Amino acid sequence: MRRKLATIAHSRAGDKGNILILSLIPFEEKDFDLLVSAVTAEKVKNHLKDQVKGEVIRYVLPELKAMQFTCFEALGTGVTTSLALDSHGKSMSYALLEMEI
Amino acid sequence: MKCPRSRLYGITQEDDYSGHSMWPKKLNYKHMKEKLRIGCGAGFSGDRLEPALILAEKGHLDYLVLECLAERTIALAQKRKIQDPNAGYDEFLERRVSGLLPLLLKNQTRLITNMGAANPLAGGKKILEIAKRLGLKVKVAVVLGDDVFDKITEEELSFEGHKPLRSYGKLVSANAYMGVDALLPALATDAQIILTGRVADPSLFLAPMIHEFNWDIHDFDLMGKGTVIGHLMECAGQITGGYFADPVNKPIPDLDRLGHPYVDVYRDGTGLISKVEETGGAITVQTAKEQLLYEVIEPGTYYTPDVIADFTSVKLSQQGQNQIEVSGGTGNSRPDSLKVSVGYEAGWIGEGEISYAGGNALDRAKLAGEIIEKRIGNRFNEFRIDYIGLSSLHGETLSLGSSPYEIRLRVTGKTPDKALAQLVGEEVEALYTNGPAGGGGARKLVKEVIGVISILMDRALINPSFQLLES
Repeated sequence: MRRKLATIAHSRAGDKGNILILSLIPFEEKDFDLLVSAVTAEKVKNHLKDQVKGEVIRYVLPELKAMQFTCFEALGTGVTTSLALDSHGKSMSYALLEMEI
Repeated sequence: MKCPRSRLYGITQEDDYSGHSMWPKKLNYKHMKEKLRIGCGAGFSGDRLEPALILAEKGHLDYLVLECLAERTIALAQKRKIQDPNAGYDEFLERRVSGLLPLLLKNQTRLITNMGAANPLAGGKKILEIAKRLGLKVKVAVVLGDDVFDKITEEELSFEGHKPLRSYGKLVSANAYMGVDALLPALATDAQIILTGRVADPSLFLAPMIHEFNWDIHDFDLMGKGTVIGHLMECAGQITGGYFADPVNKPIPDLDRLGHPYVDVYRDGTGLISKVEETGGAITVQTAKEQLLYEVIEPGTYYTPDVIADFTSVKLSQQGQNQIEVSGGTGNSRPDSLKVSVGYEAGWIGEGEISYAGGNALDRAKLAGEIIEKRIGNRFNEFRIDYIGLSSLHGETLSLGSSPYEIRLRVTGKTPDKALAQLVGEEVEALYTNGPAGGGGARKLVKEVIGVISILMDRALINPSFQLLES
């Protein structure tokens, strides 16, 4: 059964320069292992390929039951000079949650 | 309320309670403090004022922090200061301080804020003016030293692109991220307000913890724990349900009355984060998890001027309704160099928008976009066309197959030439009579762009100081 990440997890987007940072947190801790096995850095990079031009690094945080994806070259020329409507990439958390697993 | 076990650092139990003469009088009673309450009433320069007023009035705070300075905010403030030597502090300083000052003085709550922006001294003088107008007496400690524009050269390489600074454009500002060492001497005075320029956001919270608990700034475990708490607090409403709420699967009650948080910090570096009871919003482990990882590039090595903090061992637990306990987290060493944000003139951005709706809306919007591109697209260094309602935020791949009823065309171009930037909006507006059918609601905008890059600077070159102003 395929389902969107949005059905089991939530996310917040943050930015630093040209780096986009996305957290991925299961609503229920029992789904953490599923997320860890299904949502790899490669899959996130492929899913967000329209925006993310650089590397994606994944951090797994078992104590917090959360993951984080640090996406390089993801905000055009960077927050302060980008022509994008959402230059901070703040809406990108919901792009991640559109991913199907 | 759970009261975490208390531990003392830097002094012995006897010293703490004996009133021994080796401790200055002022410090003695401070060492009695087992718990410190810090509120955060603003998480960015445009934040709402009302939650801060509620915190100051009903939060029983020892300290109120207002964090109002983003990377670009200070560069823009530097430009205002160049135009007018009395400007360059936060544009909302007057409004915020006028509302808060009577409450802060009445409740003996000290204010720590970076609303000094590019001109903390002028901001401090403005606060004295406000106090005079309100018939109040106030002492302001103005923290200086972050402005290092005179200490940088155009040949230095940017941290981001490893290119010399001169290759970006005309430099307008350079502000170092100072840490608690800049704030502590100011806190040691009896000033009710500590006004800074660029200071790392978590340091605004960590400094009062060190001051009140007499923590050793080389105890990196405690510096890490305090930084975790500061990081959770620094965006104000982002831990009480703001930037979190989703009415379908993450509902937050009474978002219209969203309250801002306060934290009770204990000597051992544990914190209890909560908010004033009557306010809206929610504080849960989920809201805290989102905030903990917000803007953190590497959770195991979070750099501040005070510590390289490790967030991976942080524990969050629900203690009551709208109350979470934060424990764990640690730190290792302190960086030898500090980040400096360098602002530069990056040209002008022109924008124009126009909407299409109903049958063939997307086709008409795309035709309009093609027309504009042909008319002026090749005259800009960067040029971009977006279809708002379809693909402006997440790109084309994720929007495939959707067909919205309404589409808003957005055209942007960047150029060093202001007049050319204005042309973008003018051409979009001209689509009314020179483009596809049924365009409506055209808007245009031109803005100057201040880019921000960073360099690293040896911390020995940065000399924090403070100046006391008194009404």
